[in-house]
Amino acid sequence: MAIEVRIPTILRNLTGDAKAVEGEGSSLGELITDLDKRHPGLQERLVDDGKLRRFINVYLNDEDVRFLGGLEAPVADGDTVTILPAVAGGMR
Amino acid sequence: MRFDSLLDSLGRTPLVGLPRLSPSPGVRLWAKLEDRNPTGSIKDRAAFYMIEQAEKDGLLTPGCTILEPTSGNTGISLAMVAKLRGYRMVCVMPENTSAERRQLLEMWGARIHYSPAEGGSNEAVRVAKGMAAEHPDWVMLYQYGNPANARAHYETTGPELLADLPEITHFVAGLGTTGTLMGVGRYLREQRPGIKIVAAEPRYGELVYGLRNLDEGFVPELYDESVLTTRFSVPSDAALKRTRELLENEGIFAGISTGGALHAAMGMAAKAAKAGEEADIAFVIADAGWKYLSTGAYEGTLEEAEKRIEGQLWA
Repeated sequence: MAIEVRIPTILRNLTGDAKAVEGEGSSLGELITDLDKRHPGLQERLVDDGKLRRFINVYLNDEDVRFLGGLEAPVADGDTVTILPAVAGGMR
Repeated sequence: MRFDSLLDSLGRTPLVGLPRLSPSPGVRLWAKLEDRNPTGSIKDRAAFYMIEQAEKDGLLTPGCTILEPTSGNTGISLAMVAKLRGYRMVCVMPENTSAERRQLLEMWGARIHYSPAEGGSNEAVRVAKGMAAEHPDWVMLYQYGNPANARAHYETTGPELLADLPEITHFVAGLGTTGTLMGVGRYLREQRPGIKIVAAEPRYGELVYGLRNLDEGFVPELYDESVLTTRFSVPSDAALKRTRELLENEGIFAGISTGGALHAAMGMAAKAAKAGEEADIAFVIADAGWKYLSTGAYEGTLEEAEKRIEGQLWA
């Protein structure tokens, strides 16, 4: 078991076009560091100055990680992490 | 109930219980029927407040043109108020929005300027900002950053909810401009410390995010993370499924974004029930399903409907 991480189209150049990759770690920050070993550059696109970049949203099992501790958010095997660009939404 | 005019009938919408979808007698779900507003959506509140404020500030004078990036409900609401108050209305909207929206907007007298589908609402916002710079005499009320949008909910939606449900423990709504959640959230936090304010954000298919540059994303100026307890990303299949469950179990015919809010509300309800806590969870029916019939979301099996709304902006 590992943690599944869904990658947005815009970052798939870093994952060999894979829509989802797997990684490990006990926190989101550790998970991203682990992913960066196999997909160099990913960390830099997601994290700036020890924090998630402003226009990046990361969801842990569909819940925004900013409300779960950000990079400190605990993650575990079987979790699904989804990375998405921030958008204005739809029919407003 | 009698009112002097349509605009006077704004708000004071019913709050109805959902006995069949509530998980236990101690955990109750409540739906605020915002489709019962003059043009059929919660956006009437923000549109009315933003126009009133712009009039007070002297920005809007008779004959003025209002410009707004909107793919639907806000545009329809603004067009209605604009028509009654004597303003012209121009909407910038992504070309992949439903046919009903275009017809409704035109009926209420709005002119439509299309922005490319790939860019979604971000692109509509960008195009509208460009048009505003070209036409300095046009007034962009800008729902994403206009404090009157959130104030409408602070002064009306929030107090209505508390009056009808003094024991409220959770408030759940869709996250778009963030106006509803910021306004209602701030009001309820002042009145009911400990209340949970929960956002349900639509998660679209890849087409919508595909070309998005990560350095040029969009966060509405109104958004203040500290008002929220948490925020969920709801995929289209879950939103569709809940939209149908709402109709099937409670008889409510709502738009698809409401399914997203219901999904988050039911998640919170299940959590409370599991923890053995009492809860009164109110969520917003933002609009009814009429405007989305042509998307195919209400026809055939869930799987068929999911395929049809792929790539469309459903909230």
